[in-house]
Amino acid sequence: MSADPMALLAIFVMATMNYLMRAAGFWVMAHVPLTLRMRRMLEALPGSIVAATVLPIAAKGGLAATIALAAAAAAMAWRGNSFLGVAAGVAAAALVRAAGIP
Amino acid sequence: MTVAPKEGRAAYFSLAGLVEGARLAAPVMPGMVIFGAAFGALAAQKGLTLLEAVLMSSLVYAGASQFVALEMWSDILTLGGIVTLGLVTATVNMRFILMTAALRPWFGSLPAWQSYPSLFTITDPGWLIAMHYHSKGGRDASILVGGGLAFWLLWIASCVPGYLLGAMVTDPKRFGLDVIMPTFFVVMLVPMWRGARAAIPWAIAGAVALLVAAIVPGWWFIIVGAIAGSVAGGFIDER
Repeated sequence: MSADPMALLAIFVMATMNYLMRAAGFWVMAHVPLTLRMRRMLEALPGSIVAATVLPIAAKGGLAATIALAAAAAAMAWRGNSFLGVAAGVAAAALVRAAGIP
Repeated sequence: MTVAPKEGRAAYFSLAGLVEGARLAAPVMPGMVIFGAAFGALAAQKGLTLLEAVLMSSLVYAGASQFVALEMWSDILTLGGIVTLGLVTATVNMRFILMTAALRPWFGSLPAWQSYPSLFTITDPGWLIAMHYHSKGGRDASILVGGGLAFWLLWIASCVPGYLLGAMVTDPKRFGLDVIMPTFFVVMLVPMWRGARAAIPWAIAGAVALLVAAIVPGWWFIIVGAIAGSVAGGFIDER
């Protein structure tokens, strides 16, 4: 059991940022009400994060990654079960690569 | 067993509420164990020590940002890398702002030394369960904290076997393990679908992120893309 000092610093920074996010909304509401515009911006944020993270990774990951993501989305839309969705994505990536596609 | 909500508006804590909160969280637990183990497995693949993985799960306790951190891990062991990681972490978890803002009418009646530590236990499913309980008139703050603590213990415990299994896999790509993080994100997106109009900001976020990824090295595409989508969302009137 060991830990690199830089890794510990990274974890500490992440933990601090996360707690600040968790506390921020609660704190802000006690001082100023969220405007409708702010509310809409925050509502659009989760989906935007997913799109902004996934598309470049899929583009870099090649055909196998793209097929995996499509399989995950299809399984999720079909059954609404997040575990099944991820399992479908991982299985699709493994199968496509077993077929020789990078 | 169900706990009858007490009369009145003020929030309070109870032992029975902690147990009830954990019980309400039970349906989500299998999924959480799987993702906790997946995080451990991926952490082993990315070269974290077991202690680092367990510390991250227990102190950060936010799955989406932990998976993103693993993707970035090889780039972050410099001060500049850590600054980027901090910004990406804040961006990915900015959604907590809206979630805890919604808790103000309920948790606002508690003293700060009780409400602020409680906020650490917020997770997406735990928040959803607690808001549902509150909408039916419940005021017991331990529903949120009980569910959040149960999830927290499971999240840490599931990381360990995942790590040990992940350390044995020598070729993660062969088993598709490298796509866990992006598939996890895609799966989160599907239930958020509210029609094409509400998805316009997502399309803008994706397009901006692709552009930034093509011209700027590193992980800025997440921050710039997500903020572009969010700002677009603020200026699109829903009807």
